[in-house]
This record gives sequence, C-alpha cells and structure tokens, in this order.
Amino acid sequence: MAKNNKDIGPRVDTPTGTEFVGPEWDGIEELNTPLPRWWLLTFYACIIWAIGYTIMYPAWPMISSATTGLTGWTSRGQFEAEVKAQTAKRAPLLAAIAATPIEALPTKPNLMSAAVEGGKAAFKVNCVQCHGSGAAGSIGYPNLNDDDWLWGGDMKALDYTLTHGIRNPDHPETRLSQMPAFDGVLTPAEIAAVVAHVRTISGQRKADGLAQQGAALFATNCALCHGPAGKGLRNVGAPNLTDGIWLYGGDAATLTQTIKMSRQGVMPRWGQKLDATTIKMLAAYVHSLGGGEATPAPQEVAVSNVPTK
Amino acid sequence: MSQPNSPEENAPYLYEKRKAVYPKAVDGTFRRLKWAIMLVTLAIYYVTPWLRWDRGPYAPDQAVLVDMAHRRFYMFAIEIWPHEFYYVAGLLVMAGIGLFLVTSAVGRAWCGYACPQTVWTDLFQHVERWIDGDRNAQIRLDKAPWGLTKIFRRFSKWAIWLVIAVSTGGAWIFYFADAPTLARDFLTGQAPAIAYSTVGVLTATTFIFGGFMREQVCIYMCPWPRIQTAMLDEKSLLVTYKDWRGEPRTHGLKKAADEGAALKTGDCIDCLQCVSVCPTGIDIREGPQIGCITCALCIDACDTVMAQIGKPRGLIDYCTLDDAEIEKAGGQSAPLLKTIFRPRTLIYLGIWSSIGVAMLFALGERTRLDLNVQHDRNPVFVQLSDGSIRNNYMVKVRNMETRPRDVELVVTGLPGAVVWTADTDRVEGRSTIDLRVAPDSIRKVRLFVAAPAKGEEHSAFKVTVKAKSGHEKGDTDEVVFERPEGLDDDEGDRQ
Repeated sequence: MAKNNKDIGPRVDTPTGTEFVGPEWDGIEELNTPLPRWWLLTFYACIIWAIGYTIMYPAWPMISSATTGLTGWTSRGQFEAEVKAQTAKRAPLLAAIAATPIEALPTKPNLMSAAVEGGKAAFKVNCVQCHGSGAAGSIGYPNLNDDDWLWGGDMKALDYTLTHGIRNPDHPETRLSQMPAFDGVLTPAEIAAVVAHVRTISGQRKADGLAQQGAALFATNCALCHGPAGKGLRNVGAPNLTDGIWLYGGDAATLTQTIKMSRQGVMPRWGQKLDATTIKMLAAYVHSLGGGEATPAPQEVAVSNVPTK
Repeated sequence: MSQPNSPEENAPYLYEKRKAVYPKAVDGTFRRLKWAIMLVTLAIYYVTPWLRWDRGPYAPDQAVLVDMAHRRFYMFAIEIWPHEFYYVAGLLVMAGIGLFLVTSAVGRAWCGYACPQTVWTDLFQHVERWIDGDRNAQIRLDKAPWGLTKIFRRFSKWAIWLVIAVSTGGAWIFYFADAPTLARDFLTGQAPAIAYSTVGVLTATTFIFGGFMREQVCIYMCPWPRIQTAMLDEKSLLVTYKDWRGEPRTHGLKKAADEGAALKTGDCIDCLQCVSVCPTGIDIREGPQIGCITCALCIDACDTVMAQIGKPRGLIDYCTLDDAEIEKAGGQSAPLLKTIFRPRTLIYLGIWSSIGVAMLFALGERTRLDLNVQHDRNPVFVQLSDGSIRNNYMVKVRNMETRPRDVELVVTGLPGAVVWTADTDRVEGRSTIDLRVAPDSIRKVRLFVAAPAKGEEHSAFKVTVKAKSGHEKGDTDEVVFERPEGLDDDEGDRQ
C-alpha cells in the first residue's frame, strides 16, 4: 500500500484530494479512491441480510443434514403446500365428477371436458407405456383412437375394463377371454386353411378352395366365439375378424402364429391402483379420442364374463 | 475516504444543483391558449373512462377499456383482440409520426402545450401561486425561516398537490376496469392490489415530477427534446428573441435618450419579464436552447411590456431560423401557412394519413369470424374398422362479435369425406357441422374427418367457417389429410 512517510503523511493527489495507492508505472499512478458510500452501505446491508437469512432459512451444512432455520421452510414443504393448495382447488370439480354416474357425464359438458383433461393427464402417467402417448397403441396393444372395441367402447364398458383389467388371473371380475392354442388340435395344413378363410372374410384374399376348406373348420372350431360370420362377440372379447383392424396383424404369418399359439395380452386392473374418479376421467378421455360409442340403454348392458371352455 | 471532493475551489463539480424557478403569473394570447389546451387534455384524461358505450348484454359498456384479464381492448365501436394488436401498434406509429409532423411544422408545440409533464407542472404551479402568492412572494417564503405560516402554507400546498396526484393516478386505473365498479371497490378496499400499487406509483411520480422536478424532467430525463433537435430544421417555428430589434438593450428609454441620440438603442428594456415568467427558468434572449419548451409565455410577457412602452408587439415571437435571417436583413418573412405547408411536413402528413386510412380500411374489412384448424400429430391418422382412414383436427372458431352466432363448418376438397365431432354422430356423406359460438369467445372443437383409404398420402383440403345468418364474412383454412404410406399399391397385408 501507500508508503506513508511519518513526517510528510500520505501522498495526496492534488486535484482530487485522494491518496495514492503507491506504485507507479511510467508516471501513471493509481488513486486509492474510496468506495462510494451508497455502494458500501449496500454491501454492509447485504452482509447483515445474509446473516439473517442463514438463521431464518436452512443454510449451514452439518454432519447428517443442514441447519433447519427458524422459519422451518423447506423446498419440499413448499412443493407439498402448493400441491395441497392445487388439490384443494380441484376438489369440488373432482367431487362433482365422482358424484355423476359415468353414463351421465357426456350430458354435462363442463364436467365432461374437465374429465377429459384430467383423464389426459392420468393417461400420460399410467397408460402411455403400452398404448403410446397418442393412444395409438402398437402390435398387441390396442389403438384407442379407432372404432373397434374388443370389450365395448361406451363410457361404462371402458370404465369397467379400466377398473378390472384384462386377464388378471387373481381377480374374479376381470375381463377374461382365452382363445385356445390350436397347435396340435389342428394340423398345420388345417391352420393354413383357416388362415385363408379369415383373410378371405376380411377382404384380403380372393375366395378359393383352401378358403372353403377353412370355412368348414372355422364353423366347428372358431364360430362359437367369433360368430359364424367372424364378426366377433363383445361379451367374450372375441375380435371381429372381418374388419380392417388387427391387434397383432392380419397377414398370413401373424394369423398362423395367433391361431397356433393363441394370444394372451394382459391389461392391469387399475381399480387396484387408481381411485374411481381418475378411472372415470380416463374412460372419458379414451371415449373422447374419436371411437367412443354411445352408452347403450340399461337393459342392453351385458357386462358379463363368460369364460371360454 | 473523508474528502471525495477537492479542497480546491476551482475543482470541477459534476453535479449541477437545481436552480429554483419561480415563474411569474402572466396573461396573454398564448396563456389563454394554454388554459384551453390544459382544460381539454385534463378533461379527456379524467372523463374518458366514465364514458359509456352500449355493446349489448355480452360486453362491457365502457367506451374506452383495456381489459387485460379478458385480453380485449375496447374503443368506442372498435373491439381489438390480442391477435389484432397491430392496430394498436399502428396507432403508436401514428402517434410517433404525428409528433414528427407537429415538430417539423410548429416546433416543440407538444412540449409547450400538450405534454403531460407540462400540463401537470402548469397546474401545480398555478396551485403554488394560489397558496404562496406570485413570484416575489414565493422567493420570500422560500428564504423565510420555518415558522407557523410557512409550515401551514407548505402543507396546504402539498396537500392540494397530493389530491391532484392521487386523482391523476386514480384516473389511470379506470381505463383498465369498469370505472364505477372499480371506484367503489377502490374506496371500500376491495380493489386488487395492483390497482393500489399503480395508483401509489402514479401518485408519487405526479407529485414528485409536477411538484419538485418540473423542468428537470424536460432538460435531463426526457429523450424527446434531444430527438426534436434533430427533427427541427430552419423552417420550424421557434420562440425567438429578435435580437436585431432588441439589441443593444437599455434599462429605460429615458436613460438611453440622456446618453445621446447618437447611441443606437434596441427595443429590449431588459425588464427581465421574459425570464421571470419562464417555467423552465431560462433566458430566451440567449437564443434557441434545449431548456426552451416553446410554451410562449415569454411572448405574452414581452407583448405586455411592449404595449406599455408603446412599441409594436413581437420582440419575442414565434419565428423560423430562415425568417430570422430575412428579417435581420430587413426583408419580409414568408406567410405562416407557407412555412407550415412545405414538402417535409406534407410528406409526414402523407405517411401519417396513409397509415390512418390503411388502418381504417383494414378495420372495415376485418373478419369477425375467424377459423384456425390444426391437424393432430399423434396419431397422424387412425385406421377405422370399415377400412377408411380418420384424421383428427383441433378447430378453433373465434366469434369476435358481442352476440352468440350460429355457424357452419364445411369441409370441401376431400372426396368421400365424412365429418363429425364428439357431439354429433357420424352420418355417411355429411361434411358440415353446425356450431353455436358464444359471444366474444373462442369455441374449440375436435373435428373427426374420415375418408376412404385410397388416395394420396397427403391430400390438402379446405375447412370453411360460415355464419348461418346473412352474408357475413367467414374464414377458410387449408389443412392436410394424411393417409398411411403404401396403402394404395399394396393389395396385401395391413396391420
């Protein structure tokens, strides 16, 4: 610092009245200009504020955790409070959705649109893993946008499927359909004939002798569930084989595999994991995707489980 | 640390302290013009939010309203939606060019007459003269030690200023909400916090700017005087001291005469009236300067003096730099209208009015029924059980009128298309949807469009929205229908 000669005192720059720092470079010297008062006061205020802050809020690291601070604030606590506030805000709407019978939901546009939005959010968390983010599915996982439903596409049927799942062996109310594996029951040639018949009724192949042979086999082996015309049967979850939509594929190789080995896709029963309102909202969302069906009149509702033989 | 400034007296000091200005009361043509303009501008500011304008049951009835919460801007018969903000931008551009126009034609008339800083300072100074007395009394009171009278006068002056400031800040918020409701809520303490803080900030700025900072705002803070110096040219009107007529100054005709007839004397008797009436505290006789806001009060003061000593008016007057040269040489200055209407001002006027006309035209032509259609991207298409392909679209129909409207969505240009929504059933061959759109709102509809699988992978088609009643303008959007690849040529397997 400045070399202070006791006799002369610090050297002072005449025009400004400020002391020199000391060293000199080619006649250029640095002045020891004091910090502006306002800057210094702000700086001290910051120090005082920082001390107060570390006392009020969690700050000092200790061995197992940090000091908790007088206010008891934590970021996790703040998050929980915000979630709680949001939940409380939504509670009346959710209560209204819960109180509305699912088939009456579409008649209340406000509740329905809220349910669709809520279902969309729940879908993104629980369903996209199999059905995809756009609910378009993939091989073995149904596309929920289309108009082809194995178990029914009205709100009530969707709600039931969501609640009880498909092929949950430990659950008596689950949707259950078991197509037998025909490997060994039918010879490979017979299976090829059935495949030819199925591809004929779905319009992918021209009718011929093989298909006719397959038609006879179909009538004895398949028509019980899939119907004599192959149109499927909703209450046993048997798919319509005449339309353009295939869960696993409608080409000859895939159909052969399906008939030989059967298919046993499983959907979890969400009633175990999600509350009834969330499931209701999921049903509303899936219903809104474009393939939703009108709820049938009450006497026609036949949600039963007929286990296959 | 102890001596930030030099002990020496000639050391440069970088801060100029405000020199107090005590403008004297004056009367005259321009003073009266200023009164009139003050009355009109203040009336516009305070009264506008209270004007009513009937828009029917679905819209607010306030004539001018910036409704931030609902994102609408109402101005009499015009309603602006956020996506039409370019009208507001156009108004701001017009305001800017309008300032250019006014400046090049009549100089700093904005500063002198219409600027809020000038208007409110003028009002505050009037209050000051009413409480403290005119210039000399104000100077005396300022110098007087604090006593009962001074305290009383100061507090009553500040109290009146505060009332003006609060009502100024208060009037501002009424532009942003229904004025009568907000006024009631404000007084009963139920208005939103932002209303109180806005009023607080504007009260503080009005009080400080109008009461204490005054001309310093114009000289140091405001960028506009600087910009105007670039806008002014030799044909712009300036408040000019005609030195060729006034100089050399005398302190009295008598004294001048006593000193001998040979001495040439000017008309200026150095009475300093022009300086004492000046609200920015400048001496106009030093020539054009940035402190001069061209309020023309010195013209009024000088004209009064000239009348008293029997000389023609206009020793200080509005004059262009060009005319000053001509008059100095003894010539006759150009007529005022010729000075004002010159190519430069006409070009500004042309730009200004063409923006205005274009906006009016656009306003008349704008559609009040707007359509936006977006193709769903996930999934891009859906295979349906009957073999056809469905695409989903998010349709937004904007009804920008304050009445409910029945509209029709029509899909054209997609052969075999079937159109339905969540609320309507799929009916073969139907390609229109009827909708009711609530007043002044957007209706969102998920539109399902199915078409035969055979066709181009990307086929463009049109969605049109039409009002069911009359021949009102609608809107059309072009979107794409997507099909899976290779369906056309593949007779074989589908998945």
